[in-house]
Amino acid sequence: MKLLDLLRFRIATLFQRSQMNAEVEEELRSHIQHRADDLERSGLDRAEAERRARIEFGGQEKFKEECREALGGTFIETLIQDVRFSLRGLRKSPGFAIVAILTLALAIGANAAVFAVLNALILHPQYVPRAESLYGIQHGSDKDAPESYPDYLDLRDHNRSFEGLAAYNLTQAGLDTGENPSRIWVEEVSGNYFDVLGIQPYLGRFFHCSDEHGANSAPYVVLTYAYWQSHFQDDRGVAGRIVQVNKHPFTIVGVAPPEFRGTLMFFNPDFFMPIVNQEQVDGQNLLNARGRRWIFMVMGHLKPEVTPAQAIADLNSIGSYLEKTYPQDDGQMTFTLARPSLYGDYLGRPVRAFMTGLMLLAGLILLAACANLGSLFAARAADRSREVALRLALGASRPRILRQLFTEAVMISLMGGTVGLSGSVVLLRGLSVWQPLPQFPINVPVNPDANVYGVALLLALASGFLFGAVPVRQILQTNPYEVIKSGSTGRVGRRMTVRDLLLGVQIAICAVLVTSSMVAVRGLARSLHSNFGFEPQNAMLVNTDLSMAGYRGDEVPAMQRRMIDAMKTIPGVKSVGLVGQYPPTALVWNTSIVFTDETTDLRPSNAAASPVIYSISPEYFHAADTALLAGRDFTWRDDKKGPRVAVINQEFARKIFGSVANAMGRYYKRRDGTRIQVVGIVEDGKYTPNLAEDPQPAMFLPILQSPSSETWMVVRSNLDPQQLATAIKSKLRDLDAGLPSFIQTWNKQMDTALFAPRVATVALGLLGVMGVMLAMTGIFGMAAYSVSKRLRELGIRMALGAQPKEVLQAALGRPFKLLALGSAAGLLLGILAARVLAFIVYQATPRDPLVLAGVVLAMLLLGLLATWIPAQRALSVDPVTLLREE
Amino acid sequence: MTDQAQILPGTLDLLILRAVSLGPRHGYGILLRIGQISGNALLIEQGALYPGLFRLVRQGLLKASWGTSENNRRAKFYELTAAGRRRLREETESWNRLVAAIASALSQQPEEV
Repeated sequence: MKLLDLLRFRIATLFQRSQMNAEVEEELRSHIQHRADDLERSGLDRAEAERRARIEFGGQEKFKEECREALGGTFIETLIQDVRFSLRGLRKSPGFAIVAILTLALAIGANAAVFAVLNALILHPQYVPRAESLYGIQHGSDKDAPESYPDYLDLRDHNRSFEGLAAYNLTQAGLDTGENPSRIWVEEVSGNYFDVLGIQPYLGRFFHCSDEHGANSAPYVVLTYAYWQSHFQDDRGVAGRIVQVNKHPFTIVGVAPPEFRGTLMFFNPDFFMPIVNQEQVDGQNLLNARGRRWIFMVMGHLKPEVTPAQAIADLNSIGSYLEKTYPQDDGQMTFTLARPSLYGDYLGRPVRAFMTGLMLLAGLILLAACANLGSLFAARAADRSREVALRLALGASRPRILRQLFTEAVMISLMGGTVGLSGSVVLLRGLSVWQPLPQFPINVPVNPDANVYGVALLLALASGFLFGAVPVRQILQTNPYEVIKSGSTGRVGRRMTVRDLLLGVQIAICAVLVTSSMVAVRGLARSLHSNFGFEPQNAMLVNTDLSMAGYRGDEVPAMQRRMIDAMKTIPGVKSVGLVGQYPPTALVWNTSIVFTDETTDLRPSNAAASPVIYSISPEYFHAADTALLAGRDFTWRDDKKGPRVAVINQEFARKIFGSVANAMGRYYKRRDGTRIQVVGIVEDGKYTPNLAEDPQPAMFLPILQSPSSETWMVVRSNLDPQQLATAIKSKLRDLDAGLPSFIQTWNKQMDTALFAPRVATVALGLLGVMGVMLAMTGIFGMAAYSVSKRLRELGIRMALGAQPKEVLQAALGRPFKLLALGSAAGLLLGILAARVLAFIVYQATPRDPLVLAGVVLAMLLLGLLATWIPAQRALSVDPVTLLREE
Repeated sequence: MTDQAQILPGTLDLLILRAVSLGPRHGYGILLRIGQISGNALLIEQGALYPGLFRLVRQGLLKASWGTSENNRRAKFYELTAAGRRRLREETESWNRLVAAIASALSQQPEEV
């Protein structure tokens, strides 16, 4: 009964609010009337009695407020009231509102976007059941993961730590479904792959261990869901169809579930096929070559009772057995475990480091934005000190005023958060469908999930409270009598205030951002103009893999010669050369160990160097514009029958022979003991995407002596690229219409190689721009505030004959001093932080005078821009009107 | 006026309950009654009475109804509920215990300790 009463009362308070208010009012009025009656009886006239009664009663509004509070249920009402009041206030100062909301939108949007990428790349669990116990095996020595097939089998069969070990390799193949063959990306996987991962087919069946009966025994294909949708139009009867893979018949047995795109996070293969059939795609049987580490990764679920440390010990004991048993093939065999989604630590570590760094920078931006808004809020609170004082005098409690202030702050932060989040969602949608490298099926689905929305909301609320808290002290110290008595001048503090400190910190943060983005941009500019050891300008790359069109054995070099000759007939083509893999390569580059000629024990630990290998045709150096420093180029007579020869680069010569002059005509040994004579020396170049690398040894072998069915043809010509590409395509079609090819300018292909540093540069550049904008609004707010606070003082100064210069100095001296101090601190910090940048950005050095000058100039310009409007206002002060008004 | 004592915080509720326990009263009447039963020794700001009244109503210790006063004006009359009566009894007892304890503490002579 009592509870029911209470409930009814609560509901009544919610819905009959206005009636309640009226009742409270009537009751208080009745009280005053009664009191006045008494006073009237004691002899006063009615009007005087009522006046006295009212005075005796005290602050009516205050008591009414207290009554409403006592009635309870005021939380929502107060909130609505505050929201309405804040909206009214914001509408009255739209400039403030827009600046505040935009600032926050930028900061929260940046944070949400960066967090979403971080979430997708690092935090998001993979679509594999029990992903937490799935580990990839990588080499302890160099953090990469490739294994040879025999080593994989030994690891798989002799370990006691994994439930099962699966292997996969990435490769390209030509798929012929009846029309022209197309290039597709394949994962060659071990028979137990789907069983080890615990994936169930969406359609049809998967292949299993029991399907493997030696080389080329399992011609089966499992399509990924996306490829099935796009190329087989959701045909549910697809299982059982025969397709040609590199001209070999394969049977489609099933379709993988939609969520499963392989275990490598950013890589979307088109289908899976058994690894035992690799010869039909790769052109040579690698299943028995223990020295050839070509399997991309080996992985599996740890048994529940086994810890990673135990598993590593177990693997290492197998490794030392392999080292002893196969000293020719297996060098150091130690292992570590890592998550397979980012290719272990190889990509995982830099990606994690970069994303963490980016997240930190984004966090700094948010902090800077909060500091910014904090000072804007403080300025606004100071401008409103008269209003606050009035409200205090009328009986509003300080907590009540603070509450309203916080409501306003949180409202702004929520609005900013909403705008920012919507912006970042658009950005992320674009990013999710973006295929940065046209040749590779690489894309990262970074669609925001609940995590991202949650984090954005949290950040918005937190920043709202953070910058809302800045003016608290100011409000608490407001003395209503003083303020109303003396006008809104307040104290024009001479000492450093919290606000000044905030602004200084913020400017420092922004200077860090500007410095890092300048360093990054400079690095990129330099990377574009550095000497690569080849000339990507005016060169077209034509990628073909002859095995896709069914060429085998001796047909391959014959066809390659025909292709070169055909290209040379295109008018305007200067030179044509073939290379197995163009430098610098984005994902994989082949290295192989070599020995000095004197070495007899050819075990890996005795190797003299591990140069990058290129198979090239005659004239490649000419086509690539690589300078031949000594000796000769290859000819078509450097074939299998001729003596084994090589062209090496300077670094190779230095490493093996001591000096370039010493190397000509000398011999070195390859892994299988073949002696190779050096017939030429070329300049050093860039061979890996890490353009910042130290010079690496490289050796170039004649393509007839080390054949490769996949090649990149370098076609050098001044022709318009589009026209050239068309001509190349038609020439290729004339030779073999069933040969899939990929044509791109070398410059464009450089984008692939430089992809990582470019992304880093763009990200840093964007953050830098944001930093600049934040610093600008911050300084603007500060300067505007400083001017408006001292308007009267400035007016008096001008009335007394101060020159514009002096007025400006008085008004804007402090913002400028802060700007200078903050920039200096930020520049210093930026120089320190740029050491970190050096890992991602090519030739990152913040001590570059251009960068230093750029930062200083940028900050100066920024200060000028931001103080322009306040300065104008200070100068246009009309002392007479001003003094009259006050 | 100067010899009036500021009331202790928290005691206003007790005074209101006591005043109302002597019969239904409207706000102003309660104020007069408190003055009367305390010998005009307590200073209560007139407006401060109402938040207290509303609080007690919300706690279910008082119930209120509109009626007509002796001056023939509309006024809200308060009376105790059963819970209010119980609360008054408890509060009075604990107040008396407190007063007795403090009085005893203050009246102790040095030699008696």
